[in-house]
Amino acid sequence: MSWRGFGADATGAPGGGGAGVRQAHVPTVRIRPSRGFVPLRLHEVWEYRELLYFLCWRTIKVRYKQTVLGGTWAIIQPFVTMVVFSVIFGRLVGVPSDGMPYPIFAYAGLLPWQLFAQSLAESGNSIVNNERLVTRVYFPRLVIPLSTVLVSLLDFAVAGLILAGMMAYYRIVPVLGVWALPLLVIQAVGAALGVGLWLSALNVWYRDIRHVIPFLTQCWLFVTPIAYPASLVPSRWRMLLGLNPMTGVVEGFRWALLGARTQVGGLLAISGLITLGLLVSGAIYFRRMERTFADVL
Amino acid sequence: MGEVAVRVEGLSKRYRLGTAPVGGTAYDAITAAIRAPFRRLGQRPSGHIWALKDVSFDLHRGEVLGIIGRNGAGKTTLLKILSRITEPTEGAVDLYGRVSSLLEVGTGFHPELTGRENIFLNGAILGMRRAEIARRFDEIVAFAEVEPFLDTPVKHYSSGMYLRLAFAVAAHLEPEILLVDEVLAVGDAAFQRKCLGKMGDVVRGGRTIVFVSHNIAAVSTLCQKVALLRAGRMERIGPPAEVIRAYVEEHADDASSATRAVPDDEGHGYTLVNAHERVRVCCGDPISLSFEVVCPQEFANATAGVVIYDLLDSPVIGASSKFQGVAGAGSARRWYITCELGQVPLNAGRYYGSLWFGNEHRDYARFRAVVQLEVTPADPFGWGDRIPESWGHLYWSPAWRIVPSQRGAADPS
Repeated sequence: MSWRGFGADATGAPGGGGAGVRQAHVPTVRIRPSRGFVPLRLHEVWEYRELLYFLCWRTIKVRYKQTVLGGTWAIIQPFVTMVVFSVIFGRLVGVPSDGMPYPIFAYAGLLPWQLFAQSLAESGNSIVNNERLVTRVYFPRLVIPLSTVLVSLLDFAVAGLILAGMMAYYRIVPVLGVWALPLLVIQAVGAALGVGLWLSALNVWYRDIRHVIPFLTQCWLFVTPIAYPASLVPSRWRMLLGLNPMTGVVEGFRWALLGARTQVGGLLAISGLITLGLLVSGAIYFRRMERTFADVL
Repeated sequence: MGEVAVRVEGLSKRYRLGTAPVGGTAYDAITAAIRAPFRRLGQRPSGHIWALKDVSFDLHRGEVLGIIGRNGAGKTTLLKILSRITEPTEGAVDLYGRVSSLLEVGTGFHPELTGRENIFLNGAILGMRRAEIARRFDEIVAFAEVEPFLDTPVKHYSSGMYLRLAFAVAAHLEPEILLVDEVLAVGDAAFQRKCLGKMGDVVRGGRTIVFVSHNIAAVSTLCQKVALLRAGRMERIGPPAEVIRAYVEEHADDASSATRAVPDDEGHGYTLVNAHERVRVCCGDPISLSFEVVCPQEFANATAGVVIYDLLDSPVIGASSKFQGVAGAGSARRWYITCELGQVPLNAGRYYGSLWFGNEHRDYARFRAVVQLEVTPADPFGWGDRIPESWGHLYWSPAWRIVPSQRGAADPS
């Protein structure tokens, strides 16, 4: 019998032993009204990793059903945006690009941005979109927004192929900073998840959030140095720009991949801290609100 | 045995009436939303309803508990707390063993995915491990009888196939404690029988089960212990026969005053003067029911209908004066109705009757369960023994013709 019950198995042995083996005086599940601080219980999320996997798998399987272009959509969006940016900002407006060809400069910013924006939008709506699951079955609710973010990573990987192609075209050899790339990806995902957790929990109570999200990401896009370099901003405002965690990520991407000569250290430190703050507060708020989800949905 | 599997102590759940925020600007709403979670719940007792109040019970390993009660009695709330979907406001629950809950079949099924894919997805959602699903896959498919369509998206399934597949996955869970809500009320009769059969297997498999249902017949066959909830409180818990009787009597005593008023669509009250009469007859005796209804204003050409139900809420026999072309002549505020059922061949047992009151166009009032009918065992045929219960609710005396078959002699096949 490998049935796995609730993850909060006090014996820590999900799937072990048959009926009667377990000691009777240790409850497997204790249910009490929660008061005060609600622990995150990340180990429980880990216990439910198979569900996490299946939710991702479902989303990926279903997303491009009945579409002609299928997975190519993951490429089309950032690519077309890059073309539009190159024509309008690169050519017409003549925005500087820190000495790099403008298309690859823009794409290196759009790539992590797409990851962030998609993760944010999907996770922000995730709890409401999965109402049936939330009101019918128990599992750590964190699994739902987590799964949406993981799926966005797949799209990111696909769209990353275009960047590799462009780098080959422009004959740009990755600099030593490439090692920092995974950290930057984690930061983008972390920031998106942090905001997404806040929004997804608020969304349960206030469906306005669904309309706020596209608006929010649109504004966010413009305050992030994607179409323009951060160096365009006067240096005394630069640190303020760093309060936006995506500034560090985007500038970091250009630094790591294209060898842009920007000072990203300070920016990354600030946005890293902000990201951590968003993530922790988002997770705590989410856990706190989690108990009301099934009652309100 | 004897080991506690489920312990529930003083469980209460309060819901706020109307969960949506009212009025205010968007700014107010957002700031309130941010502040709300940091305010302790339950500081404003007004506008709340106790869906569950101070419910306690112990369930031992291998016991099957049925929970009955009317709509809104708190059955589903209790199950949702036990399955950790929602939190209690007060009280505690300890569950000893791996738990699985089944509040609906097919949770998480995606119409675009194939049957095969949905089995894995649904299994994972219900808490099965992938390896376990793979191991029981063939069994699940065989039970659902959908093998030829395994690789077809379930949106092309008939509703029957869909339900069979959904139930099949759920039926192959192997928890120590199973919490089930009303899932048997799906599918056609044949499939329901199959589900009940499977439930019977599960019950005999020694699992601890909490089973919420409106289907009293299922509860009485499957459960060793029944709990009756009423308005969120535990009214009674004990052996099925005893608790079900209490439930049915509560049913019949609905508003146990002698008169009974119901509003029609426009809100006018119709009153039944002699509600909750008890009629006691011997099996085979003629039955006569009478009612007196007071209307809100002059009422012309009254008609009436009567339906007799058994204790499990299944209708046994019905009658309508309208269908027989009978209506009271003239106009009056008070109508006296007599329904001579005659020698209805009702077998011994307890029944109750509901009354419909109206005219030839429509029914104006329905008085539910307003008369109790007790038919005592007897021997209407004069054969020397009472009619066995196994005959069902009705007995009959048809014309028989029993002769030796002529065909058997001529044609040996």
